[in-house]
Amino acid sequence: MDLLVLVLQGVIIAATPLVFAAIGELVVEKSGVLNLGVEGMMIMGAIAGFSVTLETGSYILGIASAALVGALSASLFGLLTQILLSNQVATGLALTIFGLGLAALWGQGYSGESTQALGKVHIFLFSDIPIIGPLFFSYDPLIYLSVALVIGVSWFLNKTRLGLILRSIGENHDSAHAIGYSVVAVRMAAILFGGACAGLGGAYLSIIQTPLWVEGMTAGRGWIALAIVVFAAWRPGRALIGAYLFGGVTVIQLHVQGLGFEIEAQYMSMLPYLVTIIVLVVISHNKTRAALHAPACLGKPFFASS
Amino acid sequence: MKHFYKSFALAIGVALAITGAASAQTKVGFVYVGPIGDHGWTYEHHQGLKAVERAFGNKVKTKHVENVSEGPDAARVVQQLARGGHDIIFTTSFGFMNPTLKVAKQFSKINFEHATGYKRAKNVSTYSARFYEGRHVIGLIAGKMTKTNTIGYIASFPIPEVVRGINAAYLAAKSVNPQVKFKVIWVSTWFDPGKEADAANALIDQGADILMQHTDSPAAMQIAEKKGIHAFGQASDMIKFGPNAQLTAIINNWGPYYVARVKATMDGTWKSGDVWDGIKEGMVTMAPFSKKIPEDVRTMVAKARDDIAAGKLHPFTGPINKQDGSPWLKAGETAPAGDLLGMNFYVEGVEGSLPK
Repeated sequence: MDLLVLVLQGVIIAATPLVFAAIGELVVEKSGVLNLGVEGMMIMGAIAGFSVTLETGSYILGIASAALVGALSASLFGLLTQILLSNQVATGLALTIFGLGLAALWGQGYSGESTQALGKVHIFLFSDIPIIGPLFFSYDPLIYLSVALVIGVSWFLNKTRLGLILRSIGENHDSAHAIGYSVVAVRMAAILFGGACAGLGGAYLSIIQTPLWVEGMTAGRGWIALAIVVFAAWRPGRALIGAYLFGGVTVIQLHVQGLGFEIEAQYMSMLPYLVTIIVLVVISHNKTRAALHAPACLGKPFFASS
Repeated sequence: MKHFYKSFALAIGVALAITGAASAQTKVGFVYVGPIGDHGWTYEHHQGLKAVERAFGNKVKTKHVENVSEGPDAARVVQQLARGGHDIIFTTSFGFMNPTLKVAKQFSKINFEHATGYKRAKNVSTYSARFYEGRHVIGLIAGKMTKTNTIGYIASFPIPEVVRGINAAYLAAKSVNPQVKFKVIWVSTWFDPGKEADAANALIDQGADILMQHTDSPAAMQIAEKKGIHAFGQASDMIKFGPNAQLTAIINNWGPYYVARVKATMDGTWKSGDVWDGIKEGMVTMAPFSKKIPEDVRTMVAKARDDIAAGKLHPFTGPINKQDGSPWLKAGETAPAGDLLGMNFYVEGVEGSLPK
């Protein structure tokens, strides 16, 4: 039982960077923009968060600047794709490559440094309940923030007027524009939000999970976040589940090996990706239903004709 | 016509001057699998590059390419360096073996040096370090110091290099602590700090109180520090990441070899060969032993290290059986180099099966 609790804790920690990045990208895609630069924005957030935390000793400043730098990187993408109408796929890929390089440059003086990991929140009485306590009330504040963010985004998209506007822009930007909504402004806001979330995801890695800076430390997590958005069929709740599933398979396969089960490690490493492919096949086998899930204007450039 | 001769002579003169200037400098290329900032494997190769620069100053011009993935990309990078007129090129990861050989075939005038591989050619040397000697030393410490009798081992890929490390460490730990058990987790990556940290946590959750790693980042060392257990640095001294946790580290010291090979290239005496040096030659060194290691254990392992250097102790000395119980080495027999280089089996007592 104790081991199970420890495993589940490990799953939640491993999944949290993915939760942040995926929920941000989900909002961006809901507005009809495909930003493939998640990996680049994450790593920029990682170095920003780590360097500021190290220099100032303040986690709050570190986390805030990670979000800020993530949003700044995203603003570059926004400027290029929304105002200068460049190709979204190419620009997103370029942002990833640019982010990895720039973060490496920024981080040159920081490799080999280390900070204290951010501590856990102790919630009076609740944290002391056996099993439930360690399972639900024994984490660092960012994990609670990530879950709150998912709930907030779900509420925003489904229950607010602005959320409805954002979705309608993602479904049909010409109609939304004709009614008088500013497509570019809403999309820019979504892109900035996505960047800030990706930055937080990166900072979670560099400040909390492994408090150090090494080049390329996001190691492809941005791409997994993109896959999770599709996996979740653009629904926030499912994105959370998807991220935990991904984190779960990664961590559980490590435990399974440690316990000495005779399963080839390579198969276990493949599992998260296999699951994604299977889900993708299942949700897209019915063309009309698949079309219902994806925002209709996803990745299409918007050009106001009047 | 006179003008023509003049300008022709001038052109030749300029050309000679350029080639003269170029040949005065030996160009040395390095291909790295990870970032220099990994504080592990690649970091130490880069220290080797710096040693070359220190030794020859203006006489060499070095160039390195980091983060080169093992595969088709590697061939492209090696080829670029070769086209760029490098005189000697070091490719520093096992997975660069075939790309290196492929490119070497096209550039017979250039000397290639491939780390940890086993395929050679007229202009391709291989070199590696006997890391397993260091693994023997840390195995002894771990066996003596574990309280849960469980050692956690974070492994990358099931290649002979890594398997040899696990076997060497296990045999040494077992020799001083018959109860000791190794838990091995394969993470299928050389470098992913997040995943390495997850693996470290998983091992600790399952009762390991000492960690060993054969991956490149210091993430596991940090986790050990945080959880208050012990670990060993890999490839570099990782004391900064685990001031209390690190007991010692196996350090790869490539500098002297790189300097010697560049010198040979300059002198025109370079020949293809195979070098496999260890503690004795200084290619493998140990970081200072932590004060956390009890006095008597420190004396014992220091002696083991010195015995290995003196050639009195071989980490693979029989009797040793393979995992399935079949005999491998007879009593007193030491492992032949071929068996070590191609090691694809666990020794008796290691649990779990080796991924293929």
